[in-house]
Amino acid sequence: MLLDIRNLSVSRRKRPVLHAVSLQLRAGELVGLIGPNGAGKSTLMEAALGLIPFAGRSNLASMTPEGRARAAAYLPQSREIAWPVSVEDLIALGRIPWPGGGRGPADRAAIDAAIARMRLEPYRKRTALRLSGGEQTRALIARALAQEAPLLIADEPVAGLDPAQQLACLRLFRSLADEGRGVLASIHDLGLAARFCSRLVLLAGGEILADGPPDAVLRDDLMRRAFGIATRRVDTPDGPAILPV
Amino acid sequence: MRALLVGLSLLVAALFLASLLTGPADFGPLEGLAALIFGGDGPVPIVMHEIRLPRAILGLAVGAGLGLTGAAMQGYLRNPLAEPGLIGVSGMAALGAVIAIQTGLSLQAILALPAAALAGAALGVGLLVALAGPRGGSVTLILAGVAISSLAGAGTALVLNLSPNPYAANEIMFWLMGSLADRSMLHVWLALPPMLVGAALIRTTATGLDALTLGEAAATAMGVSPSALRLRLVAGVALIVGPATAVAGAVGFVGLVVPHILRPWVGARPSALLPASALGGAALLLAADIAVRLVIPERDLKLGVLTAIVGAPLFLHLIWKTRSGGRV
Repeated sequence: MLLDIRNLSVSRRKRPVLHAVSLQLRAGELVGLIGPNGAGKSTLMEAALGLIPFAGRSNLASMTPEGRARAAAYLPQSREIAWPVSVEDLIALGRIPWPGGGRGPADRAAIDAAIARMRLEPYRKRTALRLSGGEQTRALIARALAQEAPLLIADEPVAGLDPAQQLACLRLFRSLADEGRGVLASIHDLGLAARFCSRLVLLAGGEILADGPPDAVLRDDLMRRAFGIATRRVDTPDGPAILPV
Repeated sequence: MRALLVGLSLLVAALFLASLLTGPADFGPLEGLAALIFGGDGPVPIVMHEIRLPRAILGLAVGAGLGLTGAAMQGYLRNPLAEPGLIGVSGMAALGAVIAIQTGLSLQAILALPAAALAGAALGVGLLVALAGPRGGSVTLILAGVAISSLAGAGTALVLNLSPNPYAANEIMFWLMGSLADRSMLHVWLALPPMLVGAALIRTTATGLDALTLGEAAATAMGVSPSALRLRLVAGVALIVGPATAVAGAVGFVGLVVPHILRPWVGARPSALLPASALGGAALLLAADIAVRLVIPERDLKLGVLTAIVGAPLFLHLIWKTRSGGRV
């Protein structure tokens, strides 16, 4: 079990944000976290990692900081890059949790693999701050990959990516899961979520409304309860398209 | 990167030597060095050991300290405008020194003034930790630092305002401009040990500062504890800036400009900037301290005045350059 959250509750300024959430994620799973804005998706990720105070249990939060950093890589929603470092140096930051200062042969291999997987070779020596927003996101995903943790927790990884990059990103997550890693990604595009995720978790009002295969979660009544809209499903040879109507 | 550090080290070594060989006493460089190394009788060994050596060591240590703490503060706050004085410790140290001058304490013993400054610095750190304790974020730290700096500035102004003695007021004004003239080995022994401890503490923050490039949440998820990092950083900066201000007065702009100049040369990595900025600060302060002895030797130009005169236009030039680039 890569992620094991039991009865997790979070209150912020006495306002309950999450209430008794339980969620498990095994190796080989790509779990999509869906839900309306303010449902608590980011809060769930932060609490699972132990970055904010919470009640309940999370296997990641009970690890030592170093152990957790090697068990789970985290891509926060805010894409922060404070200094004009090169893309390569930015990705190398993912090696911080590993011993050896991040410049050993294993580190080099991990950094090169992350660059290759995100197709960032042409950008390797460029200044990360001078890239476009989508390119920065890809560099930051590569940073999380370089951490080589069995679990990747990504907060809206495809937000701001063009359609081709969105596909490439989810295909990459799919292949990570097929290799035996686990991915938890919050995602707003229901069609993409249905196509690529092995499981969807629908979060609304601080509680999990549904947890299961995409077809079981993307039901009309659940969508109406969570988002207050109806959806129309169009099955195509390339997978389902989910239209909000 | 390595070439830069080697080059800066050579520059610092050359300037240290030049600092040892610059002064009004009339003897040749070889004679001076021989007296420094082999000792002997007469005035030359005394001038070298008691006047020039402490001055050169303090120039090196204070400059390196300001450069190092400036780079660390900028890295921690992720802001190129941060500088070591931001946490208010240098302001409080200056206030302690000013009170020592005003009360005549500084005339009682050679170390009374720096000791009073250190007491002020310690009080400042105490206030800072109380205000921005273990749970506060970086914004709380800045705000607390600004509040303490303003308080210290107001206290200094009050002492000047109410000073019945124009000579003391004059002396305070000159002390505040910063100088390394007429310091003894006692000053070196007072300032150097805490500064070395502070430098060792800041060295341990290097990885954490790198991780903070990605923001506080990502850094925490990579195993960096923000509160432990902040504590080590504040302690390290205080242990360097307090003693530096106590022995050299207020020397501005070094901690702000040096990291800024050197950042592009180290690929903007905060950890790589720490040693480079320490060397750069040492080089800048040694050069400035040589310049004040050469430019108008008879008028006692103050070190802090020169660093500001050189530093401010340099800073303007950098702003001009980044302005055209559009980004930091």
